[in-house]
Amino acid sequence: MAKTIIPVGPYHPLQEEPEFFKLLVEGEKVLDLEIELGYNHRGIEKVAESKSYDQVVFLVERVCGICSTSHPIASVNALENLADIKVPERALYIRSIIGELERLHSHLLWLGLAGHFIGYNTVWMWAWKYREPVLDIFERITGNRQHYAMMKVGGVRRDIESNDIPEIWKMADGLLPVLDMFTGAVMDDPVIHARLKGVGILTKEDVISYGALGPTARASGIAIDVRKDDPYAAYPLVDWQVITQQEGDVFAKAVVRILEMYESVKIIKGCLDKLRVVSGEIDAKVKEIPPGEGIGRHEAPRGEVFHYVRSDGSNCPVRYKIRAPSYMNIPTNQKSVVGGTVSDATITLAAVDPCYCCTERVAVVDRKTGKKELTAQNLIRLSQEKTLRIKRDIGMMKG
Amino acid sequence: MAEEILARIKDKFSKKILRVFEKSPRRIYIDFDSKDIPQVVSFLFREMGGRLATATGIDTRKNIEILYHFSFDSSGTIVSLRTLIDKNNPEIESVTPIVKGAEWIEREIHELLGVNFRNHPNLKRLLLFEDWPEGKYPLRRE
Repeated sequence: MAKTIIPVGPYHPLQEEPEFFKLLVEGEKVLDLEIELGYNHRGIEKVAESKSYDQVVFLVERVCGICSTSHPIASVNALENLADIKVPERALYIRSIIGELERLHSHLLWLGLAGHFIGYNTVWMWAWKYREPVLDIFERITGNRQHYAMMKVGGVRRDIESNDIPEIWKMADGLLPVLDMFTGAVMDDPVIHARLKGVGILTKEDVISYGALGPTARASGIAIDVRKDDPYAAYPLVDWQVITQQEGDVFAKAVVRILEMYESVKIIKGCLDKLRVVSGEIDAKVKEIPPGEGIGRHEAPRGEVFHYVRSDGSNCPVRYKIRAPSYMNIPTNQKSVVGGTVSDATITLAAVDPCYCCTERVAVVDRKTGKKELTAQNLIRLSQEKTLRIKRDIGMMKG
Repeated sequence: MAEEILARIKDKFSKKILRVFEKSPRRIYIDFDSKDIPQVVSFLFREMGGRLATATGIDTRKNIEILYHFSFDSSGTIVSLRTLIDKNNPEIESVTPIVKGAEWIEREIHELLGVNFRNHPNLKRLLLFEDWPEGKYPLRRE
């Protein structure tokens, strides 16, 4: 039988972001998978070299729109490692609360998408509905549903007010029956078992050779979690567990994420209890970053975020390296998708909860001269022209 | 735990270590000559169960510096292997045949800093567009 290539992407209804998967198939069977990326590359590491350390924390928050606080937490961890900074205890609890609220909304987002991909649209609608209260809490305590700007070298930018604590507690408690419902809807549903069990298996050996991370690794029985392994923020100060499954299939990945949400609720409540009694500063008021190097990590919803920073004592980093978890997780599809059928490929591709923005961090260059075409000034000019055009079109402006 | 890891590496490569720098209790940097990198990477990955978290490429103006960050998850330790390579002829042996997960990491350093990873199975561009001019490396300082 002739071999055929089925293109998934770069723009595809199944993906929220551009990425190109070429499935080499024979009949229904996937024989090989080629992954092309780079459609979202924004050169953030290079941009970081021209920003002050205070700005870098804001910049890295723009790496991803879903797990937007993951990069700032890794960033402050790296800079605090570099400069040997001790963070006030109260700020640690606030960091963990923000980190876990983010895991809750990110896992609910994934659960919804996964439901949608297998045609279980009720789960999609439910998951996204119950994700809203989490975002409302974010808006209440940080001012934003996304891009919270809470992290700062030496602490956090805003305190959590004591009258917000009962509201966060109520939201976290309110999620428990919802999680019970999802546990029932997913883990006890024979149709979901039939659809997802044994599909897209990633073995322990594959996790190790590809260096896979987060729920992708934990669903294959590898108990790695930066929050436990390399403790930071308030994770060593409250009680919680690392969730693992052994099977490595899509079902196991779903189970890990659902059970992890219970742990996130536990961590949030533990931290809120401490916030009631631990008072004091929330910022160590760091003045400067000395020369040196530092490494910081954070267990993002998709796995370990890794930041390396080098300083020469000036106010901008000499080198700023970012490695997001999807960068290690997406290549594992070469193992989990290949050998399966075309119909299983989509949910398997989605099972690592890929985040392309994270993976690639555009520059437009004239191919003949090698000169940069799209500069910051050009982008601002294009944006201003578009605003004027829209205003004219809707009659807000004459002429 | 971090001490045990360092002791094991010191024991195995006592003659090859150029410098050890302990930044903090769980962050260790060890310098090696670039020709020793595949051997050390193989030991850390296969014998000691280290996980290659990522590698950082840096243009230090005089050299190209590469740091291979290995995470030892049970103790939360990161051992970064540091090596300097000649900027006029930036070449080093690929570690992808040892650690599959290094494939994209080396491809990215290759296109952004112009390092040739010898014996890499698939050393083509990863992030940059195919029309990006040859010989222009975004993270080089020139």
